[in-house]
Amino acid sequence: MPTDAASLALGKDLVGLETLSPAQLRFILDTAEPFKEVSERAIKKVPALRGKTIVNLFFEASTRTRISFEFAEKRLSADTVNVATQGSSVSKGETLVDTARNLEAMRIDMVVIRHGSSGAAKFLGDRIASNVINAGDGKHEHPTQALLDLLTLRDKFGRIEGLKVAICGDILHSRVARSNIWGLTKLGAEVGVCGPPSLLPRDIEELGVTILPRIEDAIAWADALNVLRLQLERMQAGFIPSLREYNRVFGVTRDRLARAPKDLVILHPGPMNRGVEIDSDVADGEHSVILPQVTNGVAVRMAVLYLLAGGTGAVAAAARGEAA
Amino acid sequence: MTSILIRGGRVIDPSRGTDGVADVLVEGNTIAAVGRGIEAPDGAQVIDATGKVVAPGLIDLHVHLREPGQEDLETVASGAMAAAAGGFTAVCAMPNTDPVTDNQAAVGFIVSQAQRAGKARVYPIGAVTLGQRGEQLAEFGELVGAGAVAVSDDGKPVGSSHMMRTALEYARTFGIPVANHCEEMSLAQGGAMHEGLVSTRLGLKGIPAAAEEIMVARDIILAELTGGHVHLCHMSTRGSVELIRRGKEKGVRVTAEATPHHFSLTHERCEGYDTNAKMNPPLREHEDVEAIRQGLKDGTIDVIASDHAPHHYDAKEREFDNAPNGIIGLETALGVAIRDLVESGVLSLPALIDRMSTRAARIFNLPGGTLAVGAPADVVVLDPTERWIVRPESFRSKSRNTPYAGAELVGRAHQTVVRGRIVFDIRTA
Repeated sequence: MPTDAASLALGKDLVGLETLSPAQLRFILDTAEPFKEVSERAIKKVPALRGKTIVNLFFEASTRTRISFEFAEKRLSADTVNVATQGSSVSKGETLVDTARNLEAMRIDMVVIRHGSSGAAKFLGDRIASNVINAGDGKHEHPTQALLDLLTLRDKFGRIEGLKVAICGDILHSRVARSNIWGLTKLGAEVGVCGPPSLLPRDIEELGVTILPRIEDAIAWADALNVLRLQLERMQAGFIPSLREYNRVFGVTRDRLARAPKDLVILHPGPMNRGVEIDSDVADGEHSVILPQVTNGVAVRMAVLYLLAGGTGAVAAAARGEAA
Repeated sequence: MTSILIRGGRVIDPSRGTDGVADVLVEGNTIAAVGRGIEAPDGAQVIDATGKVVAPGLIDLHVHLREPGQEDLETVASGAMAAAAGGFTAVCAMPNTDPVTDNQAAVGFIVSQAQRAGKARVYPIGAVTLGQRGEQLAEFGELVGAGAVAVSDDGKPVGSSHMMRTALEYARTFGIPVANHCEEMSLAQGGAMHEGLVSTRLGLKGIPAAAEEIMVARDIILAELTGGHVHLCHMSTRGSVELIRRGKEKGVRVTAEATPHHFSLTHERCEGYDTNAKMNPPLREHEDVEAIRQGLKDGTIDVIASDHAPHHYDAKEREFDNAPNGIIGLETALGVAIRDLVESGVLSLPALIDRMSTRAARIFNLPGGTLAVGAPADVVVLDPTERWIVRPESFRSKSRNTPYAGAELVGRAHQTVVRGRIVFDIRTA
């Protein structure tokens, strides 16, 4: 396969997977491979981003993603600062554009942003010279989550192409779903979406996905299920009648999986609502890859940080050689 | 008495169905003569309109001038100047000011600010309900007495069907229309753009076409019930056009307007989270744009109105969710309309003048919209073929929020005459 460095370059920012080519997606996943091993070492550090300063700017609560980015940055030897909006000038009414300009004035190299508004990462990236990585913007995209899902699926199946992946749950409000749809379809997987019609966005099938009306259909069809978190506030907003009924009709349960023609791999981006969208014995079961997803998250984020900072696949390979 | 002779232009007057080369003589503040070979009286200003179109001044039934309350965005004076530069001789100012234009003093203030500015005429629209809160009817009689030409709670709908019913009934006393912003709020709440494939991809909460259409259907039913005149603001969906068409066929007193952006842009314009493509109602789909054009052609949609909505640049410099709705339109409306309706063969130029002037005057019962002898001397001289690039920095409006920045438009006002005075002249602008 031709690997023309220019066509693989990610550009300044990683806002979403929609704009990436299949070759770029594979390149990120391939770059993540050697970084997996870094986290297994006794001394979990490579010097790739030494001297770089990175701000983790989180306008929404996050545990997993923020810590995962922070580990990825530290294991690449970057200097990092975490900004949560509580206690920052944002809580005093500062606008996103002013926050951005102030960060820029401190001569930082990269910003990792999590924000409740769709388009916030692009907004920031368009206004500052630093690299911007989207750690989740509203209901738009969460590209590193989808990349870690892709890496986990590739680990498990040895391929993405031809896999049938059903994304289950609240597709309407999910940035994880959108990024997964782009990533999976670009790499040749078949994607189904399954959830109550009140939680499916308009014209979703035009993104090249199949609508699976019932969870039983998804289980019968898929090789892997990516089970999304059901936000508890969806009930108050009238999208579903109750969490109990959601579990009864759309929950991924051991009984339902037992009737599947084959063993399904189970993914979940976390945090889980055990007993709502997924039962505990499924989440903790032998086909769950929920914890390997978390492990891969660090490697994928190291790869993204490294590539946006100007790293190349060749150097990553060298890092692997050095470790061997 | 001052006089102006507008010589040698193609004079289009939809009110009389005339279209041909002629001279137009203005004396004082009225049209004195229209015909060929009119001699210029002593001391008359002469405008050579050869190759240009001379028409009744354009009338915009829907603008937001932000005064009182947000004078940093627009004032009555700056809005009236922007209007004149866009070829408008009269605009109707929506009452969602701060404080709301819901009493005779507030209406009188706008009238006096407009007189002081001395540019395009500004007709206030009064609020339907006090504070636009939807709870108690405003005093329509007092509003009309002070100069209001219609009532509206625009910016938001009259949500209560009972309130809309009583407003339509009560407005009959004064012969004014009730202009409604059609949006069923429980469907639209929190929406940032049209609900469709683009909102799905961008992850923005959508406003379904149904949110508008439900309210359009309700208002037509209530107009039929009451015999009142309902005017439907900024129609944006094919379903609305169909509902209005059926209402008109039944003889209901319903009139409707559409904005230039709703017949020229689609929801794809929101790509990249461009907040200058954020407005309410939102930009819709290609089929909706086509239906609006067809509605303007067959008269289902009566008039073109700009919904001129000034915002400060840094209010739009925000996350899409949090940016305010609306764009300015007074200085681009004519150029967009000629480019996308006349050049594309949807409307003839006389039909366009009808939708932007004559019919607007008729449905809101305003002076103007005609070049008949004795009529007010509100006239526009425009070049219908001039291609020009939109440069917001040269706008007379105080605001710059337009999705047409850098776009090439066709047709532009060269002189605007209001009450017999040249209030805009491109040669000296």
